[in-house]
Amino acid sequence: MAAEPIIVVRNLSKAFPGVQALKDVQFDLYPGEVHTLVGENGAGKSTLMKILSGVYQRDSGEILIGGRPVEIHNPRAAQRLGISIIHQELNLMNHLTAAQNIFIGKEPRRGGGILLDEKAINAKAKELFDMLHVDLDPRVKVGELTIAKQQMVEIVKALSFDARVLIMDEPTSPLNEAEVEELFEIIRHLRAQGVGIVYITHRMDELFRISDRITVLRDGQYMGTFRASETNLDQIISLMVGRKIDETARRVSKMEPGDVVLEVRNLNRGRFIKNVSFTVRRGEILGFAGLMGAGRTEVARAVFGADPVDSGEIYVKGKKVVIRHPRDAAKHGIGYLSEDRKRYGLAVGMSVIDNICMTDLPTFITPFGVLKQKKMQKTTSEQVEALSIKTPSLVQKVKFLSGGNQQKVVIAKWLVKNCDVLFFDEPTRGIDVGAKQEIYQLLNELASLGKAIVMISSELPEILRMSDRIVVMCEGRITGELEGSTATEEAVMKLATQRETMMKTA
Amino acid sequence: MANQSNKAAAQSPVKTVSGTKGASARQKVLAFSSLVLLIIVFSILSPNFFQPYNLIAIMLSTAVNGVLAIGVTFVIITGGIDLSVGTMMTFTAVMAAQTVAVWNLPVIVGVFVALLVGTICGMTSGIMVAKFKIPPFIATLGMSMLTKGLSLIIANSKPIYFTNAPSFSQIAMGTMFPFLQDFQIPNAVIILFVLAILASFVLNNTIFGRYTFAIGSNEEAVRLSGIDTDRWKIAVYAVNGLICGVAGILIASRLNSAQPALGQGYELDAIAAAVIGGTSLSGGEGTILGTIIGAFIMSTLTNGLRILSVPQEWQIVMTGIIIIFAVYMDMLRKRR
Repeated sequence: MAAEPIIVVRNLSKAFPGVQALKDVQFDLYPGEVHTLVGENGAGKSTLMKILSGVYQRDSGEILIGGRPVEIHNPRAAQRLGISIIHQELNLMNHLTAAQNIFIGKEPRRGGGILLDEKAINAKAKELFDMLHVDLDPRVKVGELTIAKQQMVEIVKALSFDARVLIMDEPTSPLNEAEVEELFEIIRHLRAQGVGIVYITHRMDELFRISDRITVLRDGQYMGTFRASETNLDQIISLMVGRKIDETARRVSKMEPGDVVLEVRNLNRGRFIKNVSFTVRRGEILGFAGLMGAGRTEVARAVFGADPVDSGEIYVKGKKVVIRHPRDAAKHGIGYLSEDRKRYGLAVGMSVIDNICMTDLPTFITPFGVLKQKKMQKTTSEQVEALSIKTPSLVQKVKFLSGGNQQKVVIAKWLVKNCDVLFFDEPTRGIDVGAKQEIYQLLNELASLGKAIVMISSELPEILRMSDRIVVMCEGRITGELEGSTATEEAVMKLATQRETMMKTA
Repeated sequence: MANQSNKAAAQSPVKTVSGTKGASARQKVLAFSSLVLLIIVFSILSPNFFQPYNLIAIMLSTAVNGVLAIGVTFVIITGGIDLSVGTMMTFTAVMAAQTVAVWNLPVIVGVFVALLVGTICGMTSGIMVAKFKIPPFIATLGMSMLTKGLSLIIANSKPIYFTNAPSFSQIAMGTMFPFLQDFQIPNAVIILFVLAILASFVLNNTIFGRYTFAIGSNEEAVRLSGIDTDRWKIAVYAVNGLICGVAGILIASRLNSAQPALGQGYELDAIAAAVIGGTSLSGGEGTILGTIIGAFIMSTLTNGLRILSVPQEWQIVMTGIIIIFAVYMDMLRKRR
């Protein structure tokens, strides 16, 4: 490690009305290292990042850059100091090309500064891509790229400001396994070039794959910094949550799986779903594993009637049913909890009570069409209690709840509807470790109540831990089924990457 | 939806990329082939349609709407809308007439006044949108009423004729290139095409054009890249106002008068032309070529139906259907 740190943060504190977001936090970053910041939601990671990138101002403490104390008044000042940040939500212009995005605001010009030098823009972008070994055509519109490639564009854009420090906020949450590896490859290149990287993640499995050092924050307090080679997952997690959580324990079914509740036969939809058949039993958690784009979400949406299918049969409790619309699915007791809660699962601008009662509103109206407020309140408070949803009141707008509690509201919504089969699509995405445990517990409880649960997840530890059986998909096909109690990460990954072309040559 | 397509892209990046590119080109091809189809159908149905004088009539009738549509295309690409272009055009025409016919100033001063007034009106809309954060729909609706009222006040609700300046009508109806005289192509048509080429160049090759697209695509991202988005938005509305001034001169010249009651409704024709040509109302997408094709589709349709003696009421109905169809095709394209 180089002798001189790029950034040193000493005794940093920041308070917001009512909350001490950071208290005497220490942090330092050396050139050419990946320093990972972990902590639950609300631990102060974002606040620290935002202070470093000039969004917030500190209350007290010291920030040294290159050994000199600095004030970072705004994001531009941070950029000038060589600090760039990649936000979780990418800030790109989808209609512009990769090169145009990278050079927005600092386009090479000709013709007296009025005309764009498109050739130079593309050539310079290509240079930057080559430097990082990114295989990307600078002339492709960003909107046509995968999230992973868009992220690379954002990284290159940040570097085009001559960044010495790159802050990455949960960059892997929308990526599949192969893309994560590609991103890590780029991070290694950056590291080799002496860029210091502040890496923030919720995914414990990648902590030791990429970090040189790890700093843990809890409730705005500094819990310690460790060399990745000298610590372990248990230590980090216990520091993060202040209690020990067994991340690797397998699920033990409380009951024998019962009758088949849902059977899907030979489902087909273009190139997304190819001849998919599976069954789910009462009281069972069926895991759907696979890389992103394997077709798992597509299967769930097709069964739920959200997308049209080319062919296939669906049986609910042994009876053949026709599902053309989510309405039909709901009628047959099938619920779907989208991976993108905010877009598809919740009306975030509406209250807890309105959201929870939404799917089953017809049961809450009088014959004249007037809402039965009392009954809605009663049902909602029952659910809030049962799922221990943390909300100041039933009329609180959902957007003010934490990710974990939002997810619980979505679950409550489908419980009110009394569904027998529930599809959970990435139920713990963007949720911190503590809240994850609660969601897992909830899934287990739902299963023991006799619900049939299908859980789609891209996190292997989660799949292994939660599933009774695991169905693995790749390129729209089911490539295998594994017993949850005996499956290994390697076995799942092997099936998840079993491409059709490979099978043909084999 | 976006998520899904990303997933699809992850599966076969090459295929999807070329597929989307194809779709975007398809829309332009679709608009162009609809225009060709319209021309063929009308030519078959009436021997009077595909005649030099009629084709020139179509071009002439496209000029004003085409010019307005070019201006409003810039605004729509930023994700905004301008409902005031019709009455803004009238206001500039009235101001030009006031200058030339009432104050007896030279024609060139009238032209300058029209362009200046247009730019100021546009800039005002831009400031309302960018600085005061008034939704473009409302800000420009207000500007529309404001300019309409001012036109009527200044002209005293009566047309102003250019009786003292016969050369004014030459701006649109004369032919500036002697060798084109044989074809009888009026200046208005040439102005339309020159402006289109110029606008297309500006949109694709200048910083101004780049930021116009960028703002429509993701304004916040542009702002975070350290660009003064407000200033550029105001500039876009100002350019649109300037182009309204051009349209104002053209229409006043063609009618040899400023008609203060005219103008309302032109904005919707202009927006329709842009949309038919593939400009997305949600911003970030659009071409001047598409807009010009859109404007030609509308005027060809009107002209053809008139030649076939279809009552004017039905011409309007047909135009409505075409607009809905065009936007529907655009939605289908995006759903892929």
